[in-house]
Amino acid sequence: MAFFIEVLVGGLLAGVMYSLVALGFVLIFKASGVFNFAQGAMVLTAATTYAGLIDMGWSGWAAFLAALAVMIGFALLTERLVLRPLVNQPQISLFMATIGLTFVLEGASQAVWGSVVRGLDLGIPDTPLEVKGVLISKFDLVASGTAGALVILLASFFQWTRTGRALRAVADDHQAALSVGIPLERIWALVWAAAGAVALVTGLLWGSRLGVQFALTQIALKALPVLILGGFTSIAGAIVGGLMVGASEKVAEVYLGPIIGGGIENWFPYALALLFLLVRPDGLFGEKRIERV
Amino acid sequence: MQGKVPGPVLLEVRGVSLSFGGVHALRSVDFHVHEGEVCAIIGPNGAGKSSLLNVINGVYAPNAGSITYAGETRRAMRPHRAAEQGIARTFQNIALFKGMSVLDNVMTGRALKMRRNVLWQALYWGPAEREELEHRARVEKIIDFLQIEHVRKTPVGRLPYGLQKRVELARALAAEPRLLLLDEPMAGMNIEEKQDMCRFILDANDELGVTVVLIEHDMAVVMDIADRVVVLDYGRKIADGSPAEVRANPEVIAAYLGVPTAADERALKEAS
Amino acid sequence: MIYREAGQFRTTYAADQRIFPILQDRVGMVLLLAVAFVVVPTFASDYALTALLVPMLVLALAALGLNILTGYAGQFSLGTAAFMSVGAFAAYNLQLRLPWIPLLVTFVLAGLIAAGVGMVFGLPSLRIKGFYLAVATLAAQFFVDWLFTKVGWFSNYSSSGAITAQPMVIAGISMETPVRRYLLVLSIVSLLALVVKNLSRTRSGRSWMAVRDMDVAAEVIGIPILRTKLLAFGLSSFYCGVAGALWAFAYLGTVEPQAFDLQRSFQILFMVIIGGLGTVMGAFLGAAFITLFPLFLNWLFHAVVRGGEVRAGLLSQLELVCFGALIIVFLIVEPHGFARLWQITKEKLRLWPFPH
Repeated sequence: MAFFIEVLVGGLLAGVMYSLVALGFVLIFKASGVFNFAQGAMVLTAATTYAGLIDMGWSGWAAFLAALAVMIGFALLTERLVLRPLVNQPQISLFMATIGLTFVLEGASQAVWGSVVRGLDLGIPDTPLEVKGVLISKFDLVASGTAGALVILLASFFQWTRTGRALRAVADDHQAALSVGIPLERIWALVWAAAGAVALVTGLLWGSRLGVQFALTQIALKALPVLILGGFTSIAGAIVGGLMVGASEKVAEVYLGPIIGGGIENWFPYALALLFLLVRPDGLFGEKRIERV
Repeated sequence: MQGKVPGPVLLEVRGVSLSFGGVHALRSVDFHVHEGEVCAIIGPNGAGKSSLLNVINGVYAPNAGSITYAGETRRAMRPHRAAEQGIARTFQNIALFKGMSVLDNVMTGRALKMRRNVLWQALYWGPAEREELEHRARVEKIIDFLQIEHVRKTPVGRLPYGLQKRVELARALAAEPRLLLLDEPMAGMNIEEKQDMCRFILDANDELGVTVVLIEHDMAVVMDIADRVVVLDYGRKIADGSPAEVRANPEVIAAYLGVPTAADERALKEAS
Repeated sequence: MIYREAGQFRTTYAADQRIFPILQDRVGMVLLLAVAFVVVPTFASDYALTALLVPMLVLALAALGLNILTGYAGQFSLGTAAFMSVGAFAAYNLQLRLPWIPLLVTFVLAGLIAAGVGMVFGLPSLRIKGFYLAVATLAAQFFVDWLFTKVGWFSNYSSSGAITAQPMVIAGISMETPVRRYLLVLSIVSLLALVVKNLSRTRSGRSWMAVRDMDVAAEVIGIPILRTKLLAFGLSSFYCGVAGALWAFAYLGTVEPQAFDLQRSFQILFMVIIGGLGTVMGAFLGAAFITLFPLFLNWLFHAVVRGGEVRAGLLSQLELVCFGALIIVFLIVEPHGFARLWQITKEKLRLWPFPH
């Protein structure tokens, strides 16, 4: 029983990390209606930049600020060169544009920093903590704490501030927002920069867990089932979804794995998401789409 | 038009009620349509007219009541089945396939009539080609009828609004329907376009024998082409009869213009 | 001047419905086929045949498959490579366990198996749309990947996981020479391209496009949504399955799951977007671009950076950046891809030498 709880807790904590990635998606989708497939690549780019600078001898804080600057620069460029020309295009076009962004980021970050795997040391001890007979990783706790703090910060922003509320309005109808005078460009740049910052934090945490490598983008894809479970526009949903994916994935791997063969965690979250979609095509927390004829 | 002998009842709507959450779109609506008639449904905005068409056509399932069509009574029906039984319709916000040409859009109206399976189509030879050409010939007749030959290869998305409405009508007619439901077919048209549309609808009714139920706001059009008029207000039917009868009906006038309540009358008296 | 249609009147519907109603187009097509079937194999080098043309044609076939699903039927799919994988492994296992089945029949059967799998993964599309469907297709991608890697039966319990594809033999004649491989692939791909073109101008094609443009309206006019979507998934997967089998047998020579990973799915999606969604020509143009662009980039790079030491992999990374940038540029400038650019060129040609 203790083992099960251990697996469960480990999964939950891993799930928090997934939520972090999903958070970036939700931010952008909530505010611009764009499904940003490049979020994973943003995580990779941020982490690679940080790790690369550290390797070159920069201090932790300098590297962090520089990486943040890179992400903000990326956000501004994206807004100017990609989002603005494509305003009012159907969602699917914007989605495909973010696939293009993914390629650009993946290629660029590897071209500049090389594709060598780097370790990342954030100075967080990975010694296990024992709570009532269950071993919990200290690192996981710190990660969850960070994620939790970020979530509360962002949720309050959207809920309580005027800009946040305006952002929610913008996501619905670009044309209407423009005609009312909402400065779409600035808002988008802001939101993408915020998502970039979230990507940086995510990249650091994931990077120190797994090492900074190309596979990080695959991890980021896992955020998609999270979004399906939690809905695309709900910050709380991103958390719940992440927890569910993390927990179920670990439990399935440990208990089902030996029976079917290892490595299930690669596809299990997707199968889970698929099942959910069949029951609730708009996700657990998502808004129901109504089609008028 | 006056002087037409009404055929047997083709469509009968009995006690149909429909609500979405707390909104009552239709409250126990009863009416019937004879074969060969042109029946207009009118009423202020939000009266439930489109919802009524959607119920007849199977897009919505009513909460109560039944629909009898061509002898078969049912409460709800899948839209696919309604199409199979010869009900065709047009929509308020044009529901054309924007990525295809006019010709292809109208051809989709023949979907139910095309039988050759995929393998023949893949070869496009023999039976498949014959069937394709046969249907093309029929569709061309309708395109002629509605005078849209000059744009038949144009992608529908590029056409002006008035022409798009005509293409939608063509697609509905291509299905050779028994019952044609038209949702505001003349919205947004100028006088000439409306006259053309009226002529097309009347011709379809006369020559093709199609029974027509249409929602329309323009009173002149309604008076001109409708055999019978049904008036809806807040989801209830408040009048049903010939255009002349309905026009003189005080309830109808009240619904459109608003009528003072007793309290209003008193206030008016005190003010003067 | 050359491309004028003056004097060409189509007097029957049959003439109007032809794939190439304009005479010059027909002549052009005949010439193209003549070049492809006769001139190329006679004069092209072995390298060009096996390293450029064969993969290009096979990828074009996969792109045709994805085009049916995403271009015509509007169902977004990121799992193309998974169905290719199914086709490849199916063909391998069929040849292994039932070697008496003729090669071409094996390919067809492999395609049908892939079609079956495709239809199963397509069932959710009845409830799910858009991005959600894309994520569901990712499930197919990862699951198939895992299945073929983990379950040894598929790879005949080979220890390395990669298996050699059996040599291709048709009616006793070996198909392994470059020219024969090229002609085999060319024939199959041409035939299947014709099939798609035919389908696109008949009821199936219209039904798909109706479902893509407005499925609620399609249902109302009587188009059977379930059947239409499943047919799209099935046929698309058939094409991808055959493409996968050809990729393994006629190009790589091995059957391995890594050849059909997520990157491959993206590559084919890229081909379809850049080439032009919803067109047969687009699939070929996209495939040609993907195959030839790296060569061009390579040449350009070496022309600019003379003699320097180039880090391994840098070129493919730059390629990625270019592809990504191109997708974005095309989406902004010409969302209908190369095919539309070609169409515009033809329209200009009709007027040439007059400006309008």
